[in-house]
Amino acid sequence: MINIEELKEKAITKIKEATSLKELDDIKVNYLGKKGEITAIMQTFRDMAEEDRKKLGKIINDAKVSIDELIRERQKSFNAAILNEKLKMESIDVTLPSKKVGIGHLHPCTIVFNDVKDIFEKMGYTVVTGPEIEYDEYNFEKLNIEKGHPARDEQDTFYINDKVLLRTQTSPVQARVMEKGKLPICIISAGRVFRSDSVDATHSPTFHQIEGLVVSDNISFADLKGTLTTFAKSFFGEDIKTRFRPHHFPFTEPSAEMDVSCFKCGGKGCRFCKGEGWIEILGCGMVNPRVYELCGLDKDKCQGFAFGMGIERLALLKYEIDDMRLLYENDVRFLSQFD
Amino acid sequence: MKASDKFLKYYVKDLDVSGKEFAESITLTGTKIETYEKLDKNLEKIVVVKIEKIEKHPNADKLLICKVNTGNDTIQIVTGAPNVYEGMLCPAVLVGGKVAASAHDSNEYPNGIVIKAGKLRGVESYGMLCSIGELGRPADLYGGNNEGIFDMSNIACKPGDDAIKVLHLDDTLYDFEITSNRIDCYSIIGIAKEVAATFNKKFYEPKTTFKPSFKDDKYIEIEVKDKDLCPLFSTRFVKNIKIEDSPEWLKDCLRAVGIRPINNIVDITNFVMMEYGQPMHAYDYDTIRGKKIVVKRAKNGDKFTTLDGQVRELDDSMLTICDGVGVIGLGGIMGGENSMITDSCKNLLLEAASFNGTNIRLSAKKLGLRTEASNLFEKGLDPNNAIKAINRACSLIEDLKCGEICENFIYVYPDENKNVNKNIEVSVSKVNSLLGTNIDSKIMKEILDKIDLKTDLNGDTMTINVPTIRKDINNFADIAEEVMRFYGYDKADETLPNVSIMPHTKTKQDIIEQNAMDIAIFNGFNEAMNYSFESKKVYDMLLYKSDDKERNFITILNPLGEDFQVMRTQLVNGILKSLSINYNRRIKTAKLFELANIYLPLDKNIEVLPDERKTFIMGAYGKDIDFYVFKGFAEEILTKSHVVGNVSFVKNENISYMHPGRTANIFIDDLLVGYVGEVHEIVTKDYEIGSKVYILQLDIKNIIAKSDLTCKYVEISKFPKSDRDLSMTVPKDITVDKIENVFKEKGGKLLNNFELFDIYEGTQVANGFKSIAYNLSFGANDRSLTDEEVDSAIKKIVDGLNTLGIELRK
Repeated sequence: MINIEELKEKAITKIKEATSLKELDDIKVNYLGKKGEITAIMQTFRDMAEEDRKKLGKIINDAKVSIDELIRERQKSFNAAILNEKLKMESIDVTLPSKKVGIGHLHPCTIVFNDVKDIFEKMGYTVVTGPEIEYDEYNFEKLNIEKGHPARDEQDTFYINDKVLLRTQTSPVQARVMEKGKLPICIISAGRVFRSDSVDATHSPTFHQIEGLVVSDNISFADLKGTLTTFAKSFFGEDIKTRFRPHHFPFTEPSAEMDVSCFKCGGKGCRFCKGEGWIEILGCGMVNPRVYELCGLDKDKCQGFAFGMGIERLALLKYEIDDMRLLYENDVRFLSQFD
Repeated sequence: MKASDKFLKYYVKDLDVSGKEFAESITLTGTKIETYEKLDKNLEKIVVVKIEKIEKHPNADKLLICKVNTGNDTIQIVTGAPNVYEGMLCPAVLVGGKVAASAHDSNEYPNGIVIKAGKLRGVESYGMLCSIGELGRPADLYGGNNEGIFDMSNIACKPGDDAIKVLHLDDTLYDFEITSNRIDCYSIIGIAKEVAATFNKKFYEPKTTFKPSFKDDKYIEIEVKDKDLCPLFSTRFVKNIKIEDSPEWLKDCLRAVGIRPINNIVDITNFVMMEYGQPMHAYDYDTIRGKKIVVKRAKNGDKFTTLDGQVRELDDSMLTICDGVGVIGLGGIMGGENSMITDSCKNLLLEAASFNGTNIRLSAKKLGLRTEASNLFEKGLDPNNAIKAINRACSLIEDLKCGEICENFIYVYPDENKNVNKNIEVSVSKVNSLLGTNIDSKIMKEILDKIDLKTDLNGDTMTINVPTIRKDINNFADIAEEVMRFYGYDKADETLPNVSIMPHTKTKQDIIEQNAMDIAIFNGFNEAMNYSFESKKVYDMLLYKSDDKERNFITILNPLGEDFQVMRTQLVNGILKSLSINYNRRIKTAKLFELANIYLPLDKNIEVLPDERKTFIMGAYGKDIDFYVFKGFAEEILTKSHVVGNVSFVKNENISYMHPGRTANIFIDDLLVGYVGEVHEIVTKDYEIGSKVYILQLDIKNIIAKSDLTCKYVEISKFPKSDRDLSMTVPKDITVDKIENVFKEKGGKLLNNFELFDIYEGTQVANGFKSIAYNLSFGANDRSLTDEEVDSAIKKIVDGLNTLGIELRK
């Protein structure tokens, strides 16, 4: 018995003094292994009386368990230390540059276009498109811009031949939709348009428009105002005010231009709005009865509005870009600024 | 269109607002003010002074010491201007006052220049004698230069008078934006009527009556041969004219709107042109040969010297005014040197006419001669207004006592009886329905009456008398606009349309385009936008053969220049040009994509609209970019587009601007949907890009044709798959697609997937061979495969490979 107690104490001391996993393994083999000291003692039990065997068995088993537990405990702590050491070795400089693809960006005009489109889609408008190279008939004639009208002067329009031209506005899409004769109409159309303007800070011979057309039997100027004010607040912010000024377009009557209160100064007048407090955003009006006739609709049964705006202009305003030429240079340092 | 506050107040005498308040109100009734400027905004303490004594400056040759009378005082002012003389009346700014500009430099002084007391070379000076330029006015309008002190000795004024008032500079100049339909508003009277209606003031019609001095019903014979181009030709005859300077009020009126006074006759015609928007022409009556005027088209090749001394070559589309012998004027554009008014002119023939606007515009353009007159005539002026204008001119001649006016009025006006006010009938309720308002008919009448649209009310019907000058008013919508302008656009409610609508659903094209753009963006590409037209030379830069079908482009008749002449049939040039800009700005890596139309003609003369094909292009140079990266983009886009069919990449050595060994056409089955590859070195060099450029171009329409976006769940096997690696020796010229075709054909249903994981060429492999290793993955949805099953599948594959000369590596 004393023998066992001593053996145990000795083993415990050795375990405590062990400095590596290997030593622990050796200790385990020496005491608990097949040829270990404890195992050896247990083998002597065979000759003992039943009662003694039970008694001694318990003692020796307790000793075995204690030794085993202690070894495990020590192994755990050795493993933890090794792991800590490994983790320490694996430490990195988290301030080193990341590995990223550098996600690209949409063109500012596309972003603005999507924003405008989203607003009108949510209001129930359907997006339609039309050809960029268009018949004179749709670009002008059906929109009440007859031959000889100053708006179709060669100065403004690129011609392919006397019947075909580069559309100067997205409005021919309206004519094409009305011509189908199906009411009500509630559409927006957008895309590239062309005017014979030389390139400078505020002009480009190619630009983009988005425009809308709503025709039913009872659409009013009040509906036009409500729709566009809703759009303006949604696009520029809830606090924005709108102002409708009389204007003239051949295809609408009455016609208006919509200004929004300057979003930089809030309408007090600043350099951005040239002191006016208002910024011109779009043209609009009630579809001219003459246009219904030209597009084959019954002018007495149709009442509706149309509006149109320049995407580039909105983009320049939104991002405070001061030169339109930047939009068509495609310098990645420019393009990667917008989201 | 410019108009000054003073000018407008001749007709709206009670107008009591100006500046910002005026501008805001008139803008809201539809006559937008672009800018306005107070002429005296930077002028303070400017008085008329009389120079009483001039002495030489003791220390400076170029300076003079003037004793000037300021009305209640005599002060000393030193000046450097040589044109002063004793007894001269001139403007002077007193100490503490301000002038608008400096005579010594051409800088702009937005807040003016404050004048202080000071010493000039030791002599005290208490102010400054002013040139007209220093008062902020263009010197040429005052017949002088900016150097000298402005001489006011011939102007009715005395020392101490406020020089700003004397010179009528206490005025505001407005610049109006006139819309093209309001021809009547290209005139001070037109604007004044708008002003009167906007501010609810009375409009004072100018005097158009006069007392004729004599009769002569044969002073001229007029023949209009081309009536289509000249609806009216009217004349007045004035004898014994006295050409002299106009009175100051008239001169200052013209100056305020930027017109240089010449003499009374010219000034009157200019003044009436401003008032009525009707250009007039004055001929020296005695130079008109045969006392006859013939209005007719020119003959091709006719030559004529206009009054600016230029010889003009005419053609038969242009309208000339001729006398009994030859051309004396270009109708509506410019008069001739041979009949112009000179100082010796005794008798005058005044002309007020109306011409076909389109013809004037085209002629002026052809001649390269756009004049103030042609700018007005090209709008198509109202003959009735012209008659008012010519009478107004006579009335002014009478007022200015510069000639004797003939009672007879000789004119040709074929449509005189037809060109009369028209009546239109409009329903009040229809106007309200269009506007979304509930405006009382009496209010509508009140509004219309005050803008010369005399209205009779009869229940719901308004009968409106429209003057001939309001050509823009034709239907109820036009009337609705007139009502709304003065009722107030701001007074309409804001409602939303009541229409039954279908929510927008995205089209297949929307989705495919969106996916392609997303893939580009998430791979670091920025969206570019390029013009739709480019130079023909682009096709040479891209090394297209002279007969390549993509050279079949659409040409613009009137391009902005050679660089913008043809509609593009490819997007490559735009992308290369943009990459070049980035490269030359020393950007190391640039990745761009563009989604735009190319334009492919369907017939020779473009009588039908061309095929506009939406095309997607990605292009890049720089880090981590090679053929296989780009091929990957193509595959990702096609996968996301859910194309149905076999996607294959087939080497194409024949795209002129692409590397012949590193370019592939992309097919879905046998439909070509695009290409991918490296741009030819010659081309990148030509675009000044010193780095390899890769391009992927896809045709959206063809992808749509092969796409089926309906997604259905495919069962995922619950059983483990069996992987086998195949390492093989392959003859060098066998491309991997051939190996993969064997997998696809021989692998059967059990082969789920295969993936190349190693490719090697070099010393370890026999000459003429390469080593390729694939991982093959087998599996079934209903069971775990047995080794025998997999072995048998592998055997079929290996047999297939053997026929290509491929051996498994031992």
